[in-house]
Amino acid sequence: MSASDTDFLGRPIIAVTGVGIVSSLGRGVEANWDALTAGRSGIHRIDRFSTEGLRTTISGSVDFMGEMGQTSTGLSYAMAEAAGSEAIRMAGLDDEDFGAPLFLAAPPVEMEWQHRLKLDAMDGGDIEAAGYDRLLEIARKHPDPSIYHLTQCSRISEMLADRLGTRGLPITLSTACASGASAIQLGVEAIRRGETDRAITIGTDGSITQESLIRFSLLSALSTNNAVPERASKPFSKDRDGFVMAEGAGALVLESYASAKARGATIYGLILGCGERADDFHRTRSKPDGSPIIAAIKAGLADAGLPPEGIDYINAHGTSTPENDRMEANGLAAVFGERLKQTPISSNKSMIGHTLTAAGAIEAVFSILSLKEGILPPTINHDNPDPAIDLDVVPNTARRQDIGAVLSNSFGFGGQNACLVLGRAPSA
Amino acid sequence: MTDTPRDVLITGIGLVSSLGEGIGTHLDLFAMGPGIHPNIKSEGYAPYFVHGLPPIDWSRQIPKKGDQRQMETWQKLGTYSAGLALEDAGIPMDEAVRGEIDMIVAAGGGERDAAVDAMVMDRARGSNDVGAVINETLSTELRPTLFLAQLSNLLAGNISIVHKVTGSSRTFMGEEAAGISALYSARARIASGQSEICLVGGAFSAERKDLILNFDLAELMLKDEWRPVFARAGAHSGIAIGSVGAFLVLESPEHAARRAARAYARLVSATGDRGRRDRERTAKRFADLLPNTSAASGDVLVLSGATGLGDLVDIERGVLAERLPGAPIRAYGTMLGHSFEAQMPAGVALAAGALARRAAIPPFDSGEERPADSAPRHVVVTSIGHLHGEGVCLLEAIEGAVS
Repeated sequence: MSASDTDFLGRPIIAVTGVGIVSSLGRGVEANWDALTAGRSGIHRIDRFSTEGLRTTISGSVDFMGEMGQTSTGLSYAMAEAAGSEAIRMAGLDDEDFGAPLFLAAPPVEMEWQHRLKLDAMDGGDIEAAGYDRLLEIARKHPDPSIYHLTQCSRISEMLADRLGTRGLPITLSTACASGASAIQLGVEAIRRGETDRAITIGTDGSITQESLIRFSLLSALSTNNAVPERASKPFSKDRDGFVMAEGAGALVLESYASAKARGATIYGLILGCGERADDFHRTRSKPDGSPIIAAIKAGLADAGLPPEGIDYINAHGTSTPENDRMEANGLAAVFGERLKQTPISSNKSMIGHTLTAAGAIEAVFSILSLKEGILPPTINHDNPDPAIDLDVVPNTARRQDIGAVLSNSFGFGGQNACLVLGRAPSA
Repeated sequence: MTDTPRDVLITGIGLVSSLGEGIGTHLDLFAMGPGIHPNIKSEGYAPYFVHGLPPIDWSRQIPKKGDQRQMETWQKLGTYSAGLALEDAGIPMDEAVRGEIDMIVAAGGGERDAAVDAMVMDRARGSNDVGAVINETLSTELRPTLFLAQLSNLLAGNISIVHKVTGSSRTFMGEEAAGISALYSARARIASGQSEICLVGGAFSAERKDLILNFDLAELMLKDEWRPVFARAGAHSGIAIGSVGAFLVLESPEHAARRAARAYARLVSATGDRGRRDRERTAKRFADLLPNTSAASGDVLVLSGATGLGDLVDIERGVLAERLPGAPIRAYGTMLGHSFEAQMPAGVALAAGALARRAAIPPFDSGEERPADSAPRHVVVTSIGHLHGEGVCLLEAIEGAVS
């Protein structure tokens, strides 16, 4: 390894040699980037299940993955498979024999209502009363491992490991809405430790069900702007009223710069640094002084060896909830100071909604594309700025601007804060 | 980053199971063997076997009632065990200190509200609009905060809130593999200099019929007649699940020395793999994970995290007989039950405790396990996942240290 292959701390530089995406905007990098830079929304009315009586009836669900879309586990796998194989092929590698580790951010899964109701309707239970005692009796008469498999949190990574030919024991992780960024961080750490020359990191989430929607709704987290679905997600606007649940997957092939160069791979961008910090204040709310968010941003910059001035664009977490957008803006202001107003910041979630477990990975892919193409995707639906948030949110229309480094934020329930710093590929 | 990998020390243990709380309680009980009995509840769970929790005063590690109310048993068990580990490691409740500690939690999913689930099923019967029934019932009957007691990463979230561990917070999922990967990742980060101190572990609450339902749909549960893990075969094969909370404090020698911490043992390696589960390939992968300790096999103890599924027990014992022929083996699932995500952390906790005590562990099952000639200097902890994932950890005694 030559000196130019290592960073300011002597660690291997991490290159991104392939990316893949599925979102409500479509399947594949090209379809997604075209729609995103055109300011198109993927949010629509839910028709996967009955929304009768629900306060929220819109989402950014992914409804084009065929039969696998019938369960959360199946859909999460199908999208991860699509994004993962796209990224590996883009990297010029064999998508059936990747030969390196998998780091997967995936939603927690459990038995779904369709299966509980199917079991309850079967014969074989002496107990008439509805409940788990009856289902247990029925299960003993009619075992069905296919339902069991869907309840296993390792199911998605197992299937991916076989499909993509990854090596070793994959890590499946959840840091709530920061999961996608955490998966990338684990991949970066493994390469920096010298355990592997490359890794595939995927974030996927196909978990929009009646129950998941109701759970978020009961926490008053979701937008109820149902009238015009594509207008509902409006990060940093004064009238923002919650996030829009969405589905998707993002994948990145991470590779040591030395290894990528040696095999003549195209380098699309770099992961310069990762920072994290947990919050001990509350299960869903940030510490009022924003100190964990600030610490995570600072840790990301420090890991990248960059001062705030080194950041040219911020890919916001920007969920469109009243709390997140305010806390994120305040946290950024504490780190960037006056300079923040001149630093463009936009939220992909204005168009694709909040893809939860997948968000950090999808937004990292969009950040890499922003660096490569010199285009900043807009924050759409920005007609009514929040006067308390004085930011250049790249309102409504994409902007052409060459940038050298991006900060991508991810914050989640349970006090999860993760920040990535991504950089432009060195010119050849 | 350091160029040469550093040692990784285990400086704190928090273990709670059906047998009680604290590593000392577990080792004291084991020392009374052979012939001790596990604590199994079958009442209400027949024909299954559940190693349930004894009464626990949660307030001892989760002082605020408000915090306790936000958690179901699984999260309380994990948060409590994590508190025990931090206390055992002698880490003061000082935010500046605990704010520097990294955390990796192996977690499954949280509890359901069985009454609400029953209500939905009842109302859905005969309804011609099942979707509307689900919406109406869940919207009005689900407690809003139950969601937070269900989210996998909220065990870590609660540990941050209650115990102020905020250096980092990562939750790994995926049954036994989650526990294996958590130890692997924590060890690798400390050995390479990416971390100085890490709280790592997991929790599993067994008294949950919704989970038993999942397992028995795949016919995995031991039924009708209980037997020790190594005696399970044929029709008497299966898993007896057990509630376990197991957390460890892992630390670099420099960090431990700075705060004059005592260490139980050295975590020499933590490795895992997965692949097709045919007999030959499973045996080969497992054998490849085992350390080459043949030279010192006289002082090796194997703590097996075997599930109780007969075919897997058979593969594991076959490989161990070939690779570590002299080593006594203890299937700790016989005493604790099987705890999925917490299985490997629990085994490592017992291993570290046994090494520090310089004491042999009497057989849990005199029929299948033989007494040890001497106290172990090395412990190999195994976990062959019930469905997939295999892992092995190697621990080593620290010379001169006796606790």
